[in-house]
Amino acid sequence: MKLKVNGIDRSFDGDPDMPLLWYVRDILGLTGTKFGCGIALCGACTVHKNGEAIRSCITPMSAAANSEIRTIEDLGANGLHPLQEAWMQVNVPQCGYCQSGQIMQAVFLLKSTPHPTDQQIDDAMAGNICRCGTYQRIRQAIKLAAGKTT
Amino acid sequence: MSVIQNVSRRRFLKGVFGTGALILTVRYIPPVWAQGQSTDGQTDADRATLHPNIFVGIQQDGTVYIVAHRSEMGTVIRTSLPLVVADELDADWKRVKIDQAIGDKRYGDQNTDGSQSVRRFYNTMRDCGAAARWMLIQAAAQQWSVPASECSTELHVVVHKATGRRAGYGELASEAARLSVPKKEQLQLKKPSDWRYIGKGMTSVDLEKLCTGKAVYGMDARVDGMVYASIEHPPVFGGKIKSLDDQEALKVAGVHQTIRIDPFKPPAAFQPLGGVAVIADNTWAAFQGRKKLKITWDNGPNESYDSVEYKKELQETAHKPGKLIRSVGDSGKAFPAENVFEADYYVPLLSHVPMEPMVAVAEFKDGKVRAWAPTQNPQAVQAIVSSELGIPVQDVICDVTLLGGGFGRKSKPDYVAEAAVLSKKLGRPVKVVWTREDDVKFDYYNAVAAMYMKAALDDKGKPTAWLQRSVFPPITSIFDVNAVYGDPPHLAQGWTDLPYDLPNIRIENGPAQAHVRIGWLRSVANIYHAFAVQCFTDELAHRANRDPVEYLLDLVGTARTLDFTNVDYPNYGADYKTYPWETGRLRNVIEMAASKSGWANKKSAKGHGFGFAAHRSFLTYVATVVEVEVTDDGEISIPRVDTALDAGVVVNPEAVRAQFEGAVVFGTSVVRSGEITAKNGVIQQSNFNDYPVARINEVPAQTNVYIAESSAPPAGVGEPGVPPFVAAFCNAIFAATGKRVRDLPLSSNSLFA
Repeated sequence: MKLKVNGIDRSFDGDPDMPLLWYVRDILGLTGTKFGCGIALCGACTVHKNGEAIRSCITPMSAAANSEIRTIEDLGANGLHPLQEAWMQVNVPQCGYCQSGQIMQAVFLLKSTPHPTDQQIDDAMAGNICRCGTYQRIRQAIKLAAGKTT
Repeated sequence: MSVIQNVSRRRFLKGVFGTGALILTVRYIPPVWAQGQSTDGQTDADRATLHPNIFVGIQQDGTVYIVAHRSEMGTVIRTSLPLVVADELDADWKRVKIDQAIGDKRYGDQNTDGSQSVRRFYNTMRDCGAAARWMLIQAAAQQWSVPASECSTELHVVVHKATGRRAGYGELASEAARLSVPKKEQLQLKKPSDWRYIGKGMTSVDLEKLCTGKAVYGMDARVDGMVYASIEHPPVFGGKIKSLDDQEALKVAGVHQTIRIDPFKPPAAFQPLGGVAVIADNTWAAFQGRKKLKITWDNGPNESYDSVEYKKELQETAHKPGKLIRSVGDSGKAFPAENVFEADYYVPLLSHVPMEPMVAVAEFKDGKVRAWAPTQNPQAVQAIVSSELGIPVQDVICDVTLLGGGFGRKSKPDYVAEAAVLSKKLGRPVKVVWTREDDVKFDYYNAVAAMYMKAALDDKGKPTAWLQRSVFPPITSIFDVNAVYGDPPHLAQGWTDLPYDLPNIRIENGPAQAHVRIGWLRSVANIYHAFAVQCFTDELAHRANRDPVEYLLDLVGTARTLDFTNVDYPNYGADYKTYPWETGRLRNVIEMAASKSGWANKKSAKGHGFGFAAHRSFLTYVATVVEVEVTDDGEISIPRVDTALDAGVVVNPEAVRAQFEGAVVFGTSVVRSGEITAKNGVIQQSNFNDYPVARINEVPAQTNVYIAESSAPPAGVGEPGVPPFVAAFCNAIFAATGKRVRDLPLSSNSLFA
């Protein structure tokens, strides 16, 4: 099967049931996307498929075929994304392990809702767990970046 | 301080950066293990031109290397401790590079646990920076033929003000390296008013990497020739394999083989639990193969463990006389027949669930091991790998990656030992990856605890006698199978040190046998002890119709130093003269939290309540106000939290605020849903569906953190925020609902579920 990852054409002939997560991590070596739960409960594995935030841990390769996948590595490849800048300005991360997923989810949120309310932020981000408890700053950073995204 | 060991471990270079090709499409894979980490056991500081001590190195180009010997799991310690060195060195932070140390006893303690990194190493870091600065000044003075006393430093430069001469640190490095390292008495530490960084802080040196997916955690470590392992552990603690059929597992594409891991020999400590490892080309294949294993188990004696029955046992024990821990006055006979109030409190087993499950890479080669692991305690990795493999400790090199959360779980390196054991059996590097289910089911849980509280009250509702008795399986049970009583260090966590000024106090502890691995979890015993003491205090205040803050201050009494003469009170391992228990500091944060939150003007009503609690732990004093709203159908939200703390001198205030913000989120999980249960010895939870942790829509909307100005020696900040929050949250729920939370969590409490 064929797919595009971060703008590069890839082909894959392994187990079509293998989740996209393990393909990008173990096979492509794109380790910015994280394994947290394996069953779409924590959001650490969030990537974009055709521009939409998905949980790569439950997305089999068969479902990723012929799609465009974008991971955290590509987000800031040509200069930091406004959300990444906001994340740094507000000093969001503690351990940081969930933050790739948080940022990818937030990018998707701002695409559809450029100026989200607290409620809209909570609704969009409730699938992403941060065990360190950086939620207050995540909310601040999203508001800071709101309107600056394209 | 100037001990320098030349530990040459360059032979490992090839293992990390070699060019073998095993993993499927290795050509795509960048060498991820290259981000400034030590490659041969030596640090860049060790190799630098000027190297006055193991923590500092200065190059001729002016680069200053500072060694971070504690593990980074989000507290920003990898930044904050080196910042102390940089301050005393008067170094330009932009020219500082951080070296992450391997596990090595030359650094002293590296167990990043117990909220003690700053307090244990603050003075050492200051000395290390000051020693380097002293040598640079001497070198400049010699060059200029002026007295060293006339020279001083500005940012990264030595200056002689009288003649206007200046020399950069890099220029002076070689000259300075010829001098002998100063004695401690010769060092001149900065006055606090001259501090450049201490008290002002700095953001994490890893910040950009953390926001761009470039940070390397244990989960991301990779070496050439590596295979992946997923391990099926015995479902009951202490179980053994009866029979194994791995035929179907071996048919899974990408699976190489299975390997048995021996069960541990009690006590469990940090040994692997045993089980069957599936070895494969990639993580997914290993997981899939594991699902096909057919294993029958001999579950052993813990098969009878049932957490519902166990709770009853603990509570029964808590109602019987226990071992006396501390006594004040005539505590044995002080209870009259009337005006006595008693209550039981209960906190279940809790799991750490850091976002990064347990994971480690290890390579056994030529009789030696190199491990890459997200560990809070690399020296414990050395010790357990050494004993499991029968090799000398110094032949175990442990590189410390970033940790995707720790919370105490990653102080116990059983998972690293698994990787080492497997690598030895396989003769190639192995990456062990735990699933979330493995993590939840095979944790070292925070102890389940039952607390019985009893007070005799005078006509103002103030206790004339106070009895408290806790029962919990102790952490020491992982090191001693016969341990059933709380050990002094954990009893000291908010139990032995009840700070109330009452005429009669009796503090006891009862026995409990462990049936799972018990271990440290953020705040540890303080969670259940503070929950009982601070909620019981609130109950008494309400019964007396007194304001909870006024009542609490009345019980705490006047500003004084608590006297623990003839009491076994380890005080978090700190010297009591340096870190006395001062009720005045507790009073101060209580008053601060009350005033900042506007407590005096807050009136609780149905559906809207305010709760208060205060607690000292890890040598830090904290008081917390929690505001809750409860809808008619019982939905609880937390509009605001105000927390005041006195942690002595604070190096990095922004990092401290973040720790206290995070602590209330951690505490929210404890109160709302934290509960591990067992039936027939098997843990019933498995993932975030049945062990939920707080999400963005469940946590306090606003957490305000107030840091008290203090010149006292630095104290802990990672853990002390949790215990008072848990109690204050429950007290707020009472204020809003009239319902007392005595059993945690809310999700299984019949009053709230």
